[in-house]
Amino acid sequence: MKDFGFTITKDRQIDYDQHDHRLLQFVLENEPSFQACISCGGCTATCSAGNLIDFNIRKLNMLLRRGETEGLEKEINKCMLCGKCMLVCPRGINTRNVILKIKEAIQKFR
Amino acid sequence: MTKKVAIIGGGIAGMEAASVLSRMDIEVLLIEKRQQLGGHVGEWDHLFPNFRPASEITRSLLNALQNNNIKICANTVVTGIARKAGLFEVKTNQNQNFKVDGILLATGFDLFDAHKKEEYGYGIYENVITSADLEKKLKGGNVLTTASGCVPKRIAMIHCVGSRDEKAGYFHCSRVCCITAVKQAIEIRQKLPNVEIFCFYMDLRMYGKGFEEIYREAQEKWGIQFVRGRLSEAGENIDGGLQIKSEDTLSGRPLKMIVDMIVLMVGMVPAESTSQMAKMLGIHLSGDGFIAHDDVHFGSNITNVPGIFTAGTITSPMTISDTIADARSAALKICEYIA
Repeated sequence: MKDFGFTITKDRQIDYDQHDHRLLQFVLENEPSFQACISCGGCTATCSAGNLIDFNIRKLNMLLRRGETEGLEKEINKCMLCGKCMLVCPRGINTRNVILKIKEAIQKFR
Repeated sequence: MTKKVAIIGGGIAGMEAASVLSRMDIEVLLIEKRQQLGGHVGEWDHLFPNFRPASEITRSLLNALQNNNIKICANTVVTGIARKAGLFEVKTNQNQNFKVDGILLATGFDLFDAHKKEEYGYGIYENVITSADLEKKLKGGNVLTTASGCVPKRIAMIHCVGSRDEKAGYFHCSRVCCITAVKQAIEIRQKLPNVEIFCFYMDLRMYGKGFEEIYREAQEKWGIQFVRGRLSEAGENIDGGLQIKSEDTLSGRPLKMIVDMIVLMVGMVPAESTSQMAKMLGIHLSGDGFIAHDDVHFGSNITNVPGIFTAGTITSPMTISDTIADARSAALKICEYIA
């Protein structure tokens, strides 16, 4: 069959069924407060790193939930663990531990 | 013999329940700690969703209290309630002692104390006010100005102050603040056509009749802008401008903005008296600190203590429409109980 080159552009859809959700499961089991996120963005607003470079902790949460874990390792290392996000979170999520657990999960499931 | 009910709290819930009960030939004692009836509504200027003057509500409720079955006890605080031979004995700070067949608790809510959200600067920066402060200013009829007397060019309305915030001690949604922000934003724009207004929200909960319509009006007619993000902090510049920080979650980037004035949409929290009253009477509270219902669907107005009923915002945040409906239903439940 003739190759029309339809595959040269990667599909941008989130293919929920194809994803590996072990990372999310691990984080949720080890830091259950993470379940309560309402994506208000308070964390990102106050984030020391995110104000200077392209780093968005709220988005990280979303990507993890959608199984979009590619490139997560590079992203997560931008966090300086200052903990300001923990101070503003209206749901009392231990965001710092979430980051640590994501790092742990990346090691575990790599 | 005529049956008697004591209603504690002379806000709109207590007033409506009193007038309904009186028309059912039940004697009512309406006990209010303040001089005036009307509660929080008495301090509001105009109401959502139709911008009617709040005084219309209190006036019509007051008129309905002109009934021989109603005795109003103003400046009166209940100091004790005891059960004696199937009746309740209500003692007050005026050394009164009433014997009644049933009790209706209608002591309402407190406004969240915005000082507790120190990072928003209430009580620290002059141009940070609450929705209740704004309402007083609107009621006063003067032109809205900053503390230094200038007409503000840009105002931020901050939703969910003291609501949906476990750090502030209240996880519940106060229900009325989203629509109040929209109402107040429109009112400000009507008075100051050149002011820019931004509403910072987490979720817009336009659930009531007519709410979505005025949200749309706010966008289309008044150019109010909505940013989906929770404020993390506010700080004052050297020139008195306020810098706010939030994430613009829909574009996925942190956002900062200088505004002339911040209006904090303070939520409804359980009144201080609610927990004291609950303790005294052995009534259960729910996790949010408001009085609990035995059954979430059928149990509105009914507490775990027979003979003691609730009306209005003592059980959860409510709009005025919901409070009036709740008060009527409470009157019916009491009527069934004492009959």
